[in-house]
Amino acid sequence: MSQRHPRLRELKFTLYRIIRNPSAVIGFTLLLFFAGVALFAPQIAPPKYTYNPYMMPHKGFSPTPKPPSDTNIFGTTSGQYDIFYGAVWGTRTAFKIGLFVVGIAVLVGVTLGAVSGYFGGIIDEIIMRITDIMWAIPTLVLAMAIVVAFGRGLDKIMIALAMVQWRWYVRVLRSEILTLRDQDFVQAAKTMGVSDLKIILRHILPNAIYPILILASMDMGSMVITASFMSFVGLGAPKGYSDWGQMVALARNYIVGPPDDPLKFWYTIVIPGACIVLFVLAWNLIGDALRDAFDPKLRRR
Amino acid sequence: MLAYVIRRFFLLFFVLFGVSVLLFGILMTFSPERRAATYVSSPQQAKDIPRIIKKFGLDDPFYVQYVRWIKELSKGNMGWSLVASRPVGEAFWRYLPVTLEMNLFAAPIVILFGIWLGTLAGIHRDTWIDHITRILAIVGWSLPTFLFALVLLMIFYGHFQLFSPGVLSDHLSIFIIDNPDKFTPFTGMYTIDGILNGRFDITLDSLAHLILPVMTYVIVVVALNMRVMRSGIIEELSKEYVTTARAKGADKKTVHIKHARRNALLPVVTVAGQLMAMSMEGSIAVEVVFNRHGIGWWLAESATQLDMPVLMCICLFMGVVFVITNLTLDILYGYIDPRIRLT
Repeated sequence: MSQRHPRLRELKFTLYRIIRNPSAVIGFTLLLFFAGVALFAPQIAPPKYTYNPYMMPHKGFSPTPKPPSDTNIFGTTSGQYDIFYGAVWGTRTAFKIGLFVVGIAVLVGVTLGAVSGYFGGIIDEIIMRITDIMWAIPTLVLAMAIVVAFGRGLDKIMIALAMVQWRWYVRVLRSEILTLRDQDFVQAAKTMGVSDLKIILRHILPNAIYPILILASMDMGSMVITASFMSFVGLGAPKGYSDWGQMVALARNYIVGPPDDPLKFWYTIVIPGACIVLFVLAWNLIGDALRDAFDPKLRRR
Repeated sequence: MLAYVIRRFFLLFFVLFGVSVLLFGILMTFSPERRAATYVSSPQQAKDIPRIIKKFGLDDPFYVQYVRWIKELSKGNMGWSLVASRPVGEAFWRYLPVTLEMNLFAAPIVILFGIWLGTLAGIHRDTWIDHITRILAIVGWSLPTFLFALVLLMIFYGHFQLFSPGVLSDHLSIFIIDNPDKFTPFTGMYTIDGILNGRFDITLDSLAHLILPVMTYVIVVVALNMRVMRSGIIEELSKEYVTTARAKGADKKTVHIKHARRNALLPVVTVAGQLMAMSMEGSIAVEVVFNRHGIGWWLAESATQLDMPVLMCICLFMGVVFVITNLTLDILYGYIDPRIRLT
């Protein structure tokens, strides 16, 4: 084992760099916490309606939020929905949104970007012009238009965001591949008669994947933000669904309490809000650490 | 250079054409019955739906309806806005000044503050200044605009009774509605109209209403600008001309400000297009939370009422702005750095 595979050595070095970075440690800790909460949600907050565990249980319909008590440790929001339950199951919703949107976007974007960058020519021209068109409208605005056409709902938001977000990955991967395509090791593989698919998968993608990883990690957060804003506006999850954005929307009329105690209902906004911020922060910290770890200028100094 | 600009102009029209087809395609996913239903207001009229489809040709092939739509657009007819209860074109000009006003105040702060902080972090790399700005950038990046706006509103409006939401205080807007002869809305922006009409109380009042929106906006958008500036400075400081300048005895300030910062501004120009898109998205959240009736608020409100003509109009408008901005930036880029050959 004296001479290990260079790729393995490189991976070990990268992991070492990531672990030494304090922001990565905080990021991964937060992420592990959220992943644990999402995984054990049925144990932490047992669902009242087993057929639809994502609906927050509520006792009564009074619109005025109630402060934390023994039965509702984070209090109840408008409509008497239990905030603790919503926060716990909202973690699952957030992971669902992030993984679905980023997964589809990466898959589509990487495929198109690789094809476009590697083959060039007319295919490249067609794919890039379509990307240009998608590029002209801001993510949120285009996603809103698509959601309106498809109808409301969290699943529609996820589809709309995935339909919009792939354009980033096409551009990033294509520019990476353009610099790799003409390098000696790719040419060598070509002369040896390796198939195009194999060249892309074995030789090009492993060298071009880092920016995609960084982008994907940042996107996990920003997609949750965008989705929660759309839920906040009222395009997403139905009332009472365990979604942090929707919980903020429920609390919207209670940001200012009665005159003698204006911050009376702080928990209705701060708790779901903190969940969103911490979740996004975890991904951004990881993305930031990945950027440092993969930056060739900072490597091996 | 000229050939490049011509090519880009050609591309501009291509992109706009593509965007319009895309938007129209989204609209056409509605069935003809569903689109006809927007003309119907009571259940008794439901039997008119087939007649409406016939009358407006809603079941014609895609390209026929598309050409018809483009013809109407070029005549300036963009449809009817439910939210504004007036034609889309007219409503657009009513809402635009409010958004423009906020951006006019926020953009200079974002640009100057971002460049200043980025330079500071880049020069003092790996010191506490750098670490603090880095943490601030990541946190700013992680803050959803709408949430931050809500918390600001909770603290400043709820707790301290300062800076109420909206564009203008109630008594002043009532005054303006009651006395149309005493206050002429030249621009639609109250800060400027106040000065033009000699009513400085209105200017001050609308400025007070701008403080929280601008603050939200700056804190959320400035991070990108700052990080790009920082990496630009670090990149420039490692170059040979900086070493030469230092060797020739130029003092720190000259090297940083005159040499490095000027060159580091280039990457900032390249992300300006992205900043623009971010500010468009940001203004939606800010306007919704602070109840400022601008383009972003109109968009969100129309989306919840499933008002497709408005969404299409705004998407098209943003597409035009975005494409033209990017074209301008590309040309500007060539001027700032003559080494970049545009082909």
